[in-house]
Amino acid sequence: MRFNRLDDLSLRYKIPLRVIALVLVTALCVTASMVFREYDESRRDLVAHAAGLGRVLADTLMAPMVHDDLWRAYEVVRTPQQHNNSDFETLSVASVVVLDTGFRTFVSTQPTRYPLGLNPAHQETDFAYMQQALATGEATAQRLIEPPASDRLYVVTPIIAEGVLLGHLALGYSRQVFAPRLRNLMARSALVTLLVLTVLLPLSTWWARRLADPLVALATAMDQVAERLPDPAVVPIPTTGDEIGRLAQAFRGMLIGLHQKAQLEQHMLVAERLAAVGRLSAGIAHEINNPLGGMLNALNTLHRHGAPDALTEKTVSLLERGLTQIRNTVAALLVEAKVENHPLTPQDIEDIHILVMAAAEKKAADFVWHNRLDAPLPLPSTLVRQVLLNLLLNAVQAIATGGRVECDTRVVSNRLAILVENDGQHISAEHLPYLFEPFTTERSEGNGLGLWVTYQIVQQLQGSVEVDSQPGLTRFVIELPLPGAA
Amino acid sequence: MSFLFCKFDMDRRNFLQMLSGVAAMPLVGSTHAESAALRIGLTPVFLDDQLDFLKQLNAYFARQSGRPVSFTQRGSYREINELVRGGKLDFAWICGYPYVRYRREMRLVAVPVYHGKPLYQSYLIVPKNDRSTRTFTDLRGKTYAYSDPDSNSGFLYPQYSLLRAGENPTTFFSRTFFTWAHRKVVEAVGVGLAQGGSVDGYVYDTLALAHPELTETTRVAHRSPLFGHTPFVARHDIPERDFRSMQEILISMRGSQEGAHLLRALNLDGFTPGSSSLYDGIAAMARTLAESRR
Repeated sequence: MRFNRLDDLSLRYKIPLRVIALVLVTALCVTASMVFREYDESRRDLVAHAAGLGRVLADTLMAPMVHDDLWRAYEVVRTPQQHNNSDFETLSVASVVVLDTGFRTFVSTQPTRYPLGLNPAHQETDFAYMQQALATGEATAQRLIEPPASDRLYVVTPIIAEGVLLGHLALGYSRQVFAPRLRNLMARSALVTLLVLTVLLPLSTWWARRLADPLVALATAMDQVAERLPDPAVVPIPTTGDEIGRLAQAFRGMLIGLHQKAQLEQHMLVAERLAAVGRLSAGIAHEINNPLGGMLNALNTLHRHGAPDALTEKTVSLLERGLTQIRNTVAALLVEAKVENHPLTPQDIEDIHILVMAAAEKKAADFVWHNRLDAPLPLPSTLVRQVLLNLLLNAVQAIATGGRVECDTRVVSNRLAILVENDGQHISAEHLPYLFEPFTTERSEGNGLGLWVTYQIVQQLQGSVEVDSQPGLTRFVIELPLPGAA
Repeated sequence: MSFLFCKFDMDRRNFLQMLSGVAAMPLVGSTHAESAALRIGLTPVFLDDQLDFLKQLNAYFARQSGRPVSFTQRGSYREINELVRGGKLDFAWICGYPYVRYRREMRLVAVPVYHGKPLYQSYLIVPKNDRSTRTFTDLRGKTYAYSDPDSNSGFLYPQYSLLRAGENPTTFFSRTFFTWAHRKVVEAVGVGLAQGGSVDGYVYDTLALAHPELTETTRVAHRSPLFGHTPFVARHDIPERDFRSMQEILISMRGSQEGAHLLRALNLDGFTPGSSSLYDGIAAMARTLAESRR
């Protein structure tokens, strides 16, 4: 759980934190290796220096030892300490002890600590270790002796005169002397790390922001999907070629797909409703038509064979008119495609042009007409003419005086495409889904069956209707497949 | 005190001496005794390792005598004694012990006056932390530092004292060594290399003033009777004119401002002609010691 909290951090903080961690780990590794190297080098320097110094002192001690000249020997052994330079603290000798062949102190820089003529191994474990080490190895070789668990290391040089071993010179160095140098190195390293961090931190913060911002934008857009589909064109989406760009592309593709799906669902909903309404109205029409026919026949018989009085005559006539109107309305609802009619000719279309022209002129409309048919088409001419007439009359009605109406008919890949558009009052978005339902007109005139009939005809001819209505432009596109051509 | 002293120079000199094995370091500008130059030998009867002071002293003698002066220093008293006896040096500032031995081959020019008298003492010094030692016999079986076998205060007196105490001076201490300078006896005892040492009392007191850090690790355990101070001598065949001139220069030192300044640096009151009888006490000790060795 604890780690989850860290994982939940925004990339904006996660990246700089990781940069800090990386820098620290790197600095730690580099410093550790440098400290190790420095220690190694310091030690090597010290041993080399001690070896050189040991040889010089051993040579110089030869005569005083042969002559048993204690004072001169003391002056020799104290010289390195008199010339200790504080700048090279690591190279300073902590103690110099000259031992004779019996491992007794001949002279030392600390006569009170190492009394003359006594074996220092009896007092100090360092020297006990040294005595043991010297007993095992070659007596005439210079040796580096590091007693375990001691804060000193020793360089032991044999003192040889004319091939005779006179004794040993032990130069003792404190191991502590490395510490200030290493501390210094670590302090410098820490300072450099800090400097690097002060540069890298703002840089990594900026970098993290650059990386995180598009992701945050994407995430915000995705959050909105549940409530309301954002417009793919409006969503701020990175266009880079990296993974984030690819993610954004995929997201945009998903949005487009969702939009299409939503539109399709909307269409299907409308189509299903219209189909249901169609079935209902057809059923009702049939149920009405049968008794209606009987009633009209009865009235007809009464007209012809009866001798009704004036009042009855008047009443029967009233009934007959009402029933006829019912029949017309039902007939209008019940679109019958079975009507016998001839194939559609270009002239049929031109007839509509002439029919609508009168209404168009009344409104001083700019009536643009493109009839691009040049041969008869295997489509029922009556139905197509009714569709075209309905759409055009609606269009003319919709425009203001001096408005524009355009009609275009053509054949596009085995389909008859009819386009009717106008620049009149557009159809509101709320009304659009119910546009093709019967008796739903927004206008005061008309029975509201024009578009219903149009839709029914197109459905029966297995075509499609598309409406696009925005302020200034309302367009209907109808496509009807040419039978036998598929 | 106006001791002008550069520790580093001295240390380097000691170091080079050691490494090269050369017993003495000739002074710059006075390596060769010119025929007309006064050749003066110096020994560690005083603090002879202050190069800057020696330069001033040299210039003073040269100006006073009207002749160039060359100083000669050697690693031991003996070498200077031999050079005077051989006529290679005109004058030398030596110890009373060689003087009494070679009295016939040297002429006494002057004796330093210290605390108003031409006398000084020998000190037995021990490390500061040794609180019990009162005399030589307390140091039986110890390591002992002498300054020079030709030194009265640094060798003759302790040897004589042991003889007087009924001891054999050659076996009384477990180990002895010479440092060839009084100052170094102080150092050897100070660091604990020796548990006791004999040193010129005048040098010790002067060192205590100039370099208390050297003497403060030691304690004076015993002071000898007074002896004739370290004599300034001439070769026996010195021209009378040169002898008188040098004697006059030394005796008149306290009268001139520059001379007084140099005397202050030497921690001396001045010089007096003195007399050979001042050294009878040393002569008696030397005789006793010589007899014991027969």
